[in-house]
Amino acid sequence: MPSPAASSAASPGSLARNVVVFARVLRASGLPIGIDRVAAAVRALDAVGLARRDDVHAALAATLISRRDHLALFDAAFDAFWRDPKLVERMMAALLPKISGRGRPPSDPRRPARLQQALAGRPPPPAPPREGGGDEHTIDALLTWSERERLKTRDFDSMTIEEFREACRLVRELPSPVHPVKVRRWRTAARGSMDLSATLRRMARDPSVTRVLRRERRERPAPLVVLCDISGSMDRYARVMLHYVHALMRDRQRVSVFTFGTRLTNVTRAMRHRDPDEAIAGASRAVEDWSGGTRIGPSIEAFNRLWARRVLTGNAAVLLVTDGLDRADDGSLGDAAATLARFARRIVWLNPLLRYDGFEPRAAGVRALLPHVDRHLPVHSLDRLQDLGRALRDQGPRPQPSRH
Amino acid sequence: MTGVPDSVDAVEALLATRGYLADRRLATAVFLSLRLQRPLFLEGEAGVGKTELAKVLAEVTDAPLIRLQCHEGLDVAQAAYEWNVSRQLLHVRLAESAGPVERDAVERSLYGRDMLLARPLLAALESERPAVLLIDELDRADEPFEAFLLEVLSDWQITIPELGTVRARHRPRVVLTSNRTREIHDALKRRCLYHWVEFPDLDREYAIVARAVPEAPASLTRQAVAFVQRARTLELFKSPGIAEAIDWVNALVALDRMDLDPVAVSDTIGVLLKYHEDIARMQGGEAERLLQELATASGRA
Repeated sequence: MPSPAASSAASPGSLARNVVVFARVLRASGLPIGIDRVAAAVRALDAVGLARRDDVHAALAATLISRRDHLALFDAAFDAFWRDPKLVERMMAALLPKISGRGRPPSDPRRPARLQQALAGRPPPPAPPREGGGDEHTIDALLTWSERERLKTRDFDSMTIEEFREACRLVRELPSPVHPVKVRRWRTAARGSMDLSATLRRMARDPSVTRVLRRERRERPAPLVVLCDISGSMDRYARVMLHYVHALMRDRQRVSVFTFGTRLTNVTRAMRHRDPDEAIAGASRAVEDWSGGTRIGPSIEAFNRLWARRVLTGNAAVLLVTDGLDRADDGSLGDAAATLARFARRIVWLNPLLRYDGFEPRAAGVRALLPHVDRHLPVHSLDRLQDLGRALRDQGPRPQPSRH
Repeated sequence: MTGVPDSVDAVEALLATRGYLADRRLATAVFLSLRLQRPLFLEGEAGVGKTELAKVLAEVTDAPLIRLQCHEGLDVAQAAYEWNVSRQLLHVRLAESAGPVERDAVERSLYGRDMLLARPLLAALESERPAVLLIDELDRADEPFEAFLLEVLSDWQITIPELGTVRARHRPRVVLTSNRTREIHDALKRRCLYHWVEFPDLDREYAIVARAVPEAPASLTRQAVAFVQRARTLELFKSPGIAEAIDWVNALVALDRMDLDPVAVSDTIGVLLKYHEDIARMQGGEAERLLQELATASGRA
């Protein structure tokens, strides 16, 4: 085998060095490889021997990576490295651009300017000052009560940058829109079924008093899946929603976040960042179709196929954020939505277009979606978002409280 | 330790004795896991044989298989240990009835080892022989449970507040599986060897199915496996797993089919595909198309 490992098998030191250099190549490509993994890899190579190239490959893969997404990069690096380690410098240079989208942010993370999407029958929004526009208002970070109130009813799309930033902060205080589900664990409660072992324990401690202790099912926030439309017409609403969702994720809920425009992107990992601005910046870097067109049907289809079975477990609810305006509706949207509805405990559709009193479900996309969602709610101002939280928590039937 | 094969080839051969035909990479991962005594973390589509590997591994190394099926709300009481409350109560009553009670002694004996019910994790650490510990579908458990596993999988011990630390008699051979409903935390993955289990290729799957259903005619098995392999390249909601392929061939044999034709596929498709959308698609002409393709492919060959 023409590998550096084989030629240097006699001296374990140089084998270890080769592994270290190889690990450095992978690390430079953005894979998280700690020194403990390198040590494990050296021991693994020692165990399998160097007789077979595929064994070496498998041993290094098993110890150095722990994610399927990294496998392709690993394979490429492995092929290059163990064929000719002299190529390493050049390969590192060649590999870097490949991973720049993931490991390092491109130098200019700004999205292309938002595209205006012409909407049939939609009244034009009241001349919104755009980001970077000339007439920026300066507003103190702490708004007065009345300013907050005013902000609450303003449409996100017509806010100035400062107002918008404040709205993004306020939105984080809103409650979760999803009802908790009961889990199999118990907690003591005033009423409920009898807790035999706790009752017996109590009696053992104090046999003169017989008091029945009770317990009930513990509750847990329901898993939430957010499908957020990030096409041109949705830009600001999407940003606000991502702030809202980020705040929900902070409470250790199981939340998965997907964005879609022309294609579906899972941004959950980026959104896990503790800092909201970092998280959303990371999410928008991961997304390639920000502020583009919309293909809702194929996006939901892709979600159903690739993710639904994986993330829609445990009575998960779906929060669908879109205006329902599909660029190319080929009739697939209805079927996709029907399938989605069968996977999800409930689907809540947040639609900024609902703010117009004259809104009628005339667009084909809207008509295809409507029969399959449990609730269809407006979401264009903080006030409405607050209503949303209240509406979803307090009322509304819970179709299947528990699966067990 | 007994029963640990000394090369990758030996692992391959050993697994094959129980009908588990692992590819080279998986065999290497298994070998390393045995040799380096590290947990083996398997990810892959449902139905590629992750759980089966643990079962076969237990058989061929002649070790007890201890299985921990993860689910939401899994807690220490179900996973590691639980105090036997009714036995403790009984103990107290007996001590009382035996006469004057010496408080300290009774209390000590209340929290002795024999009052503890061993659940899978503790059972695996205390096993007389090195056990195979299967932690199945870890992604279903809550994240805090992963943190609990860290102590078990890196230090091979469980700390019980009332009793002390229980150390492993023998390190169990641990297989963790995940269907990737969520990502497992890196801290846990770092302590494991990682392997992504792929669906087997045509020849390997044929060999697997032929071994599992020896009474099926070779030509039928070959057709069925080729069909399943093609079906996996379609964008189905749920690709058929190996177990489904075996079930399907069994079903075809039970119906005395010698050959795969559209009617046979249509009659038995529920064995292979479990989602209405997938089945509707297959019956809407996709099955004929696949069969046609396979026929022309084999005609050319």
